[in-house]
Amino acid sequence: MYEKEKDLIDAYIRGSVSRRGMIKGLGALGLSTATASVLLNASATRALAADFDWKAHAGKTVKLLLNKHPYTDAMLANIDNFKALTGMDVQYDVFPEDVYFDKVTAALSSGSSEYDAFMTGAYMTWTYGPAGWTEDLSQWVNDPSKTNPMYAWDDFLPGVIKSCAWNGVPGGALGSADAKQWCIPLAYEQNNLTYNKRVFDANGIAVPTNLDELLEAAAKAKAAMNGGYGIGVRGSRSWATIHPGFLSGYANFDQKDLNISADGKLSAAMNTDVSKEFHRKWVQMIQESGAPDWSTHTWYQVGTDVGAGKSAMMFDADILGYFMNGPGNAEAGNLAFSAFKANPAAPAPTPNIWIWSMAMSTFSKDKDATWYFLQWVTGPEHDLFGAQQMDLVNPARASVWADGAFRDKLSKSYSGYVEMHDASAPGASIKFTPQPLFFDLTTEWAATLQKMVAKEVPVDEGLDQLAESVNSQLKEAGLG
Amino acid sequence: MTNADPDLPRRRFRVSRKVLPYLLSLPALLTCIGILVPFFTAVIYSLQRYRLSQPWAREFNWGANYANFMTDPAFWNTLKVSLTYAFWAVTVQLLLGLGIALLLQKRTRMNNFISIMLLMPLMTAPALAALMWKLMTNPGFGILSYLAGLVGLENFNWASDPQTAMLTVVIVDVWVYTPFIMILLLAGLRSLPPQPFEAAALDGVPRLFVFWRITLPMLTPFLLTATLFRVIESIQQFDIIYAMTQGGPGDKLTVFQVEAYLNFFQSTNVGRSAALLMILWAITYVLSNIFIKNWLRLREKQRNTA
Repeated sequence: MYEKEKDLIDAYIRGSVSRRGMIKGLGALGLSTATASVLLNASATRALAADFDWKAHAGKTVKLLLNKHPYTDAMLANIDNFKALTGMDVQYDVFPEDVYFDKVTAALSSGSSEYDAFMTGAYMTWTYGPAGWTEDLSQWVNDPSKTNPMYAWDDFLPGVIKSCAWNGVPGGALGSADAKQWCIPLAYEQNNLTYNKRVFDANGIAVPTNLDELLEAAAKAKAAMNGGYGIGVRGSRSWATIHPGFLSGYANFDQKDLNISADGKLSAAMNTDVSKEFHRKWVQMIQESGAPDWSTHTWYQVGTDVGAGKSAMMFDADILGYFMNGPGNAEAGNLAFSAFKANPAAPAPTPNIWIWSMAMSTFSKDKDATWYFLQWVTGPEHDLFGAQQMDLVNPARASVWADGAFRDKLSKSYSGYVEMHDASAPGASIKFTPQPLFFDLTTEWAATLQKMVAKEVPVDEGLDQLAESVNSQLKEAGLG
Repeated sequence: MTNADPDLPRRRFRVSRKVLPYLLSLPALLTCIGILVPFFTAVIYSLQRYRLSQPWAREFNWGANYANFMTDPAFWNTLKVSLTYAFWAVTVQLLLGLGIALLLQKRTRMNNFISIMLLMPLMTAPALAALMWKLMTNPGFGILSYLAGLVGLENFNWASDPQTAMLTVVIVDVWVYTPFIMILLLAGLRSLPPQPFEAAALDGVPRLFVFWRITLPMLTPFLLTATLFRVIESIQQFDIIYAMTQGGPGDKLTVFQVEAYLNFFQSTNVGRSAALLMILWAITYVLSNIFIKNWLRLREKQRNTA
């Protein structure tokens, strides 16, 4: 059954038939897109097995700790191929994001060997790595006997893969030569503008290209929204308020969270004149055009409000806009995307990024077997499968972004998404200074922002107080 | 070797009299161990500089965490917020609970039915109640925001406004826990001896006088018990506040448990988190002692009077 089709797909995998030729051929053989996708994926799996002993750990089981997310859905949709390829079994627990990281912290801090690998964000590895809870994956990546030759390490987008590597020295540059690879990306989010094209077009609002224009457009949109509001940004008392649009815009003005002295000491950097001016505008934007209950808004409220037509735009994760433009949302099909450069003088956007990645637990009972799973799930074949057939956006590999089918899929339903990604990807990376107090300092930063928006403290004074508190905490922790 | 008589009931297990007391107290002993081991572990952690993200810096600092609190405005804010929250929540609950209990005091079918219905909020998990109230106070579609608008409170932002955040979470706490106080006081009211009330009625004593001079003094042990339970729980509040605001806006609602939770799970600052919880334990211990001593004194007084 499907022998001719398999031959045709194998020829495509070998490179002897073009993608267009394969699609044409499969069409001529009367194959549906879905069936062709399954055959293509199975063929890619056979190709993977050609030059590497994927069966080395057959019969073993790895257990995963996963967050409920479309990336997880993509992983689970393809997991039978991994099982067939390796003869291994995979068990997993999936937890909602609200409690996910508490579960990870509890499992790792107790030294539990229940989970071999787990999903994580890169920021979290700044705690997990130095605590000795996760493995430096370089030792497997650089071992040809343990890593599939088609793994294509250089295929990862440089800003993304480097953001997952840190040498453990507070303030040390991400991706430095001595960095340890604490995790490997599944996919990542850039922070850009998602706007409601219907609202913008109907009210003659131009897509903003810098922070001043953003304030203006948000105010115009609010006036036009009839009960809604102009712009959605996160506001809860959490580190997660700082990392998306806020830090992306902030970094675009060459501003940093911390200074690093010649002797490696850290100090607060958020009370410069430029930073104060940026904060003033950001606070003004929220006061004038943000959600009335902004201080309780997490990614969920920011996303659902733009999807429901309650807000005219958001400066947040691009993939949040991607999901809100899909079926089941009132504004499905009306959302459009634009790379955003807050600073008019900056050469390009500088989005801070969030990376959902996979890390290996130090307490895993069989690390080599676990690595087999990790290299498969972060490999080019799964990345392509997830991007083409599921919602694994944004894929972390350049080859997937070059894939015509994936780009076509995005361009067809997500206006401006590909262009936005291409424009901002070169400047996309983590803009925070890696250090162990990351969550303390960013949560306090968010609380200070809340006080400023509530007019409990003027911006200048609030930032000076924040800097003083940050410096004192850094000193107390022996970092400042 | 003798054969046992099959008709006699067999004694499967025989415990000597010496062992029996130990065996019977074993579950209590195990429970104590289960409580005391984490307690003393927390005491040890609270005396350490201990961050999971800086394992190399872990060392005993012998009380420096506690000493730092003295000059830490965040700690004093936490203390103030926790006490304020507990005071308002318990005061309002006591007044409302007592009022409702007095209304339902008479044993009728309707009163019994209403008292059972009023227990419904207590059956709701506080975190779920908080999410429910979060939706009801949503400025876009929340029914309470709509009603606030009708009475002229435009742009009333409930928990997201620093001016009204405390009020909002106290309202949620009152909604969930007033039935607890109500049912406790109702049980107390219905268990009071009828003679003093009958005598007062015969003498034509005004109702207000009866309330202040007879009902309230006789009900005081029940009031103290209810207050003790609620103060201890309120000062340890976590779920309602965390689910609604995560301790914000700003530092308006960073009560002990929220601060300790964030310190451990987010900042992985085990030492500070444990020290905060030890302070909370000390406050709870002192308050419990005050209440229990008063309760015992009152009981003694009532016995002597009887």
